[in-house]
Amino acid sequence: MAAAAAGAGSGPWAAQEKQFPPALLSFFIYNPRFGPREGQENKILFYHPNEVEKNEKIRNVGLCEAIVQFTRTFSPSKPAKSLHTQKNRQFFNEPEENFWMVMVVRNPIIEKQSKDGKPVIEYQEEELLDKVYSSVLRQCYSMYKLFNGTFLKAMEDGGVKLLKERLEKFFHRYLQTLHLQSCDLLDIFGGISFFPLDKMTYLKIQSFINRMEESLNIVKYTAFLYNDQLIWSGLEQDDMRILYKYLTTSLFPRHIEPELAGRDSPIRAEMPGNLQHYGRFLTGPLNLNDPDAKCRFPKIFVNTDDTYEELHLIVYKAMSAAVCFMIDASVHPTLDFCRRLDSIVGPQLTVLASDICEQFNINKRMSGSEKEPQFKFIYFNHMNLAEKSTVHMRKTPSVSLTSVHPDLMKILGDINSDFTRVDEDEEIIVKAMSDYWVVGKKSDRRELYVILNQKNANLIEVNEEVKKLCATQFNNIFFLD
Amino acid sequence: MGEEDYYLELCERPVQFEKANPVNCVFFDEANKQVFAVRSGGATGVVVKGPDDRNPISFRMDDKGEVKCIKFSLENKILAVQRTSKTVDFCNFIPDNSQLEYTQECKTKNANILGFCWTSSTEIVFITDQGIEFYQVLPEKRSLKLLKSHNLNVNWYMYCPESAVILLSTTVLENVLQPFHFRAGTMSKLPKFEIELPAAPKSTKPSLSERDIAMATIYGQLYVLFLRHHSRTSNSTGAEVVLYHLPREGACKKMHILKLNRTGKFALNVVDNLVVVHHQDTETSVIFDIKLRGEFDGSVTFHHPVLPARSIQPYQIPITGPAAVTSQSPVPCKLYSSSWIVFQPDIIISASQGYLWNLQVKLEPIVNLLPDKGRLMDFLLQRKECKMVILSVCSQMLSESDRASLPVIATVFDKLNHEYKKYLDAEQSYAMAVEAGQSRSSPLLKRPVRTQAVLDQSDVYTHVLSAFVEKKEMPHKFVIAVLMEYIRSLNQFQIAVQHYLHELVIKTLVQHNLFYMLHQFLQYHVLSDSKPLACLLLSLESFYPPAHQLSLDMLKRNQRLRGSPNFTPGEHCEEHVAFFKQIFGDQALMRPTTF
Repeated sequence: MAAAAAGAGSGPWAAQEKQFPPALLSFFIYNPRFGPREGQENKILFYHPNEVEKNEKIRNVGLCEAIVQFTRTFSPSKPAKSLHTQKNRQFFNEPEENFWMVMVVRNPIIEKQSKDGKPVIEYQEEELLDKVYSSVLRQCYSMYKLFNGTFLKAMEDGGVKLLKERLEKFFHRYLQTLHLQSCDLLDIFGGISFFPLDKMTYLKIQSFINRMEESLNIVKYTAFLYNDQLIWSGLEQDDMRILYKYLTTSLFPRHIEPELAGRDSPIRAEMPGNLQHYGRFLTGPLNLNDPDAKCRFPKIFVNTDDTYEELHLIVYKAMSAAVCFMIDASVHPTLDFCRRLDSIVGPQLTVLASDICEQFNINKRMSGSEKEPQFKFIYFNHMNLAEKSTVHMRKTPSVSLTSVHPDLMKILGDINSDFTRVDEDEEIIVKAMSDYWVVGKKSDRRELYVILNQKNANLIEVNEEVKKLCATQFNNIFFLD
Repeated sequence: MGEEDYYLELCERPVQFEKANPVNCVFFDEANKQVFAVRSGGATGVVVKGPDDRNPISFRMDDKGEVKCIKFSLENKILAVQRTSKTVDFCNFIPDNSQLEYTQECKTKNANILGFCWTSSTEIVFITDQGIEFYQVLPEKRSLKLLKSHNLNVNWYMYCPESAVILLSTTVLENVLQPFHFRAGTMSKLPKFEIELPAAPKSTKPSLSERDIAMATIYGQLYVLFLRHHSRTSNSTGAEVVLYHLPREGACKKMHILKLNRTGKFALNVVDNLVVVHHQDTETSVIFDIKLRGEFDGSVTFHHPVLPARSIQPYQIPITGPAAVTSQSPVPCKLYSSSWIVFQPDIIISASQGYLWNLQVKLEPIVNLLPDKGRLMDFLLQRKECKMVILSVCSQMLSESDRASLPVIATVFDKLNHEYKKYLDAEQSYAMAVEAGQSRSSPLLKRPVRTQAVLDQSDVYTHVLSAFVEKKEMPHKFVIAVLMEYIRSLNQFQIAVQHYLHELVIKTLVQHNLFYMLHQFLQYHVLSDSKPLACLLLSLESFYPPAHQLSLDMLKRNQRLRGSPNFTPGEHCEEHVAFFKQIFGDQALMRPTTF
């Protein structure tokens, strides 16, 4: 156990300062094997921003290549992952052999007024956490791969030309959705929030999924979510992890939820007779009554390491329950299929969703967890990627809001980096500014971070509080003392 | 029509007796189910054969005139013989008692005895055309004592020995029925009731015929069954059987109508709580189950035959005696013969051939005749010998060729577990009552009977699921879906799932490398914690490292659950526990819950 004091917070002159968050400077993908001699630009598969002059692109890529080559001499298996400079940081990732992805992030800036009134710019070199942004870079690849397959596959299918097209098409939009200023510990974990549920309701969902797979018979995998939290994944963990990220940070937020209007909304009253249900497609046809409705679904690629499967992703939602049906890409879902799916899944999913809602409220009342927990904590389990945070508010497509000061978030990140260095279980308690305590606990493959704010608390009291938290929130799992 | 199609059969070993002929009179006693063959009025011998005793009782009696009725009292203690319309003769068959005959004349003046019924080993009822007389027989005194009598005009009577109820037909139309119930020396009059006769042409006088009435116990309740023939004046599509429920207390009530959709000559049997209606014209039979869902019109439930009409399975008369030695082939028996006489509940007698059969229902052929699996289960679960058939239905619906859809499988499991749960609840409340010491004070408290319809997890596991998961050709998705469906059903009925079912799920998932699925199931506690399961997980660690964590979590919860039935000692987990100790020390193992 290590206790350390970290002075953090804004000074008395904060009001006169202007702060600029970290920002994406450039992002490029290259392969050193493509044209090493003549035509250096052939190496570059994608470069953002595209407006940059060709020679500068070549120069920057060449620099990265050199750094990686150089560091390889010291550590052949683990070349450099990042490069720190005063103004920025570069992150390197080789997701497929010889394919390099580089992300350059400008350090946060504080602009101060000097005595003569001239602005002085100060780069905050130590603010960014390597692990956070390395993870963001890896996530970029995973997201690309989910919708496009591997780089290699694109090469096989249509050579460099196709690969470049795909990269351009994907990253052009995707990079705009990177919000580097709000990346934190959760990006390192890339976890999945699971919906807490009693056994019986869970079994009902299982039964529902199995029946749907049987009656729709072309469904290969199914995933089930409620309230943007996962309940079931037929996909393997790593594929689900990135699909979950896509669903919860991109697809779901894009759809305004009519169910938020509540049960007594006029929508319900207008529904005709027995056939009423709230099911609708989040991907695919918008209006099933339109004979010209397009039944185009996003394609996703899973199990790329072995079976390499290409699938259509059908996301269907009723109230807060969402089901992802994944069908083989060789099968083309017709409008008839979509209508059938709607008529089979819609009513049952609607009933199930209200069952889940009801059961969830009962359980909440019984366990007395209705009231807000007085602890701010982040929990992550490497084994099942389960993630739980009372620090973060609801995710929106633009930004993930935290309810604590960024400095505290940074301490969490630092503790996490410490945990990564050793294999053993450990606990770190940090006394932060203004009566804040931050506790990190690592046990087996689980990590727990707690932020406490208690006046004049001492180490022993803080320790007791964390124990209490573990006993109430995590009494089902094995934590070492 | 294949042989496997017949769902009714005559029993293999009938009671055989000497055929009726001018010198040999045959009588049947419904109470003891005995056939009496009386040769020359008894002078050349009386042979009594029952269904159970293979050793017939033989004796002689003096020929004192034509025998009208002959019956043993219960336990064959006293023989009663009616030879005249005024008297009944008695003869003791009790050792050390005089075997000299004694006679009782009916008390009512000018009355004619229609018949008599034994209601116990020493109690007898005379039914006369003017009422009934209830006597106690005193064998040692060779005399009878009148216990009670009741006067009313009687057209005919009917006796149901199982419920000790005698039904008397009264009034001119014969359709007002007066039941009496007998028990330990008492005779009680039950409320009389009227059978509605179908409208008949004005020219003919309607009346209720004895032939159209039967009494039988169905699902523990006494019913009067009335065969209402098709009347041309009404627009009914055929004859029907009307079931009047005759409760112990309270008035008789019309409850069910069985639609026959045909006309002609019918006979009724009740087998395994099923009403069997034989139709002589087509030589087929149909069965009705009043527990199956019918159409309820607010007061009466209408039922249709459970299955299409079928003949009783063709029957070969076995050749016994010297003829059997010869190569003579067995003789096919004429079914639905006009010489057949049918008795309740399940007896068919051919007096001309000298056979008494019990009618039996064969369940196996029904499996293929009833395509609706839910209805099939409802039907089978009410049958006495249903267990193996139900298990085979379960196996069949999971087989590749006859695979049922998951909703159907779910329905079947739910029906099984509904029965199973009912039994478990009854067991539990019995155990609680015994514990509370109510067993002595309340004689009504009986240990619940476990019928064949109670199929527990071990039955389903042994006979259905364990073989099912071994089938290589089964898609594993289906296998897992079925196992989860069974577990869901058990949970829905709040039945604790046995760990071997969980192990089956784990085994299947592991075999197909579906570790992530397994992980998710454990995460939601679908596979309940138990020490064997925790140990099993620990053993999987080398294939799937997260199993280690799952196992430790379970063992930790185990610490808290000590004493719960899931964690009974002696599960041979010592080696794993030792391993746990070695890694984490004694403290971790002994520590109470908080950490």
